[in-house]
Amino acid sequence: MTKLVQWLCGLALLGTAWATLALDPLGLHLPLPCQQVLWPFPVYLLVAFGCYSLATIGYRLATFNDCEAAARSFRSRSERGLVQPLRRTGQVTHGAGCTSGAGTPW
Amino acid sequence: MAAASGNRARDKYSVLLPTYNERENLPLIVWLLVRSFQESGGNFEIIVIDDGSPDGTREVAEQLEKIYGSDKILLRPRAKKLGLGTAYIHGMQHATGNFIIIMDADLSHHPKFIPEFIKKQKEGNFDIVSGTRYKGNGGVYGWDLKRKIISRGANFVTQVLLRPGASDLTGSFRLYRKEVLQKLMEKCVSKGYVFQMEMIVRARQLGYTIGEVPISFVDRVYGESKLGGNEIVSFLKGLLTLFATT
Repeated sequence: MTKLVQWLCGLALLGTAWATLALDPLGLHLPLPCQQVLWPFPVYLLVAFGCYSLATIGYRLATFNDCEAAARSFRSRSERGLVQPLRRTGQVTHGAGCTSGAGTPW
Repeated sequence: MAAASGNRARDKYSVLLPTYNERENLPLIVWLLVRSFQESGGNFEIIVIDDGSPDGTREVAEQLEKIYGSDKILLRPRAKKLGLGTAYIHGMQHATGNFIIIMDADLSHHPKFIPEFIKKQKEGNFDIVSGTRYKGNGGVYGWDLKRKIISRGANFVTQVLLRPGASDLTGSFRLYRKEVLQKLMEKCVSKGYVFQMEMIVRARQLGYTIGEVPISFVDRVYGESKLGGNEIVSFLKGLLTLFATT
């Protein structure tokens, strides 16, 4: 069963339940306060889901880690680390950080 | 390797590095990979799949092969830019390891996490270990607010629609058992970000186990990021396709 089918089944189930209670085909005659809540229930659900989505995305955004320390440490260690082994093998004769520019020295 | 190392002596990790115009980054990432594996004692090889880079990446790779040895650096170039999925297939055909590690060659992914991937895989005997930017102390560097919003928003929509059981689906820093990756490559049809998502979704379908390791994603030390409107649209199209077909 694909996710789409699962969603459609779930929506169909909820929709049937809501229609049965709200449109009252079985003649259950629910009390008025219940009916007043039932009718806009799908809208309530949508709004609640919207609020949940915003809150969740907002929270995750706020707690999204910024790896500043990792980036700084990486840049300095990697630039130190690169030059030494490449100097030993004659790949780099001057400069730091990157391999040589135009024209390789080997 | 001593006999006392047991299973570890028989595990070999093949790192697939698809490259395009990575002349500056390639020596650095290869050096970091070699150091990482030497520190953790793992047996490894690095397969560089260059797609005919006009900036001379292939020549740099040939120099690296001379430095580190052709048993450690394997060059398997292609004539032109053919895409990530086919690069993986091409690389896997030449991989002699029983585990495959895929990662970006532009230094967004740091090889220091690889020992953690290996450790996690052994802990849970996972078929796949995926690096996640969204859990634990995983994170990003170099992203502005807009990019973060898009990323978190897209991830949220993906989680709601696909319920994939993994926190980071578009990440491309992963460790796979070789036979698992081969099986998944047969089944996956998408491209780009969606391709990485489809791998996880199909893995779930096929009953493979997935472990996660928090990683830091440092955006493009030397390059430029590419996340435009077109990418977002194609992501959504791909997501809806996965939603409807898996």
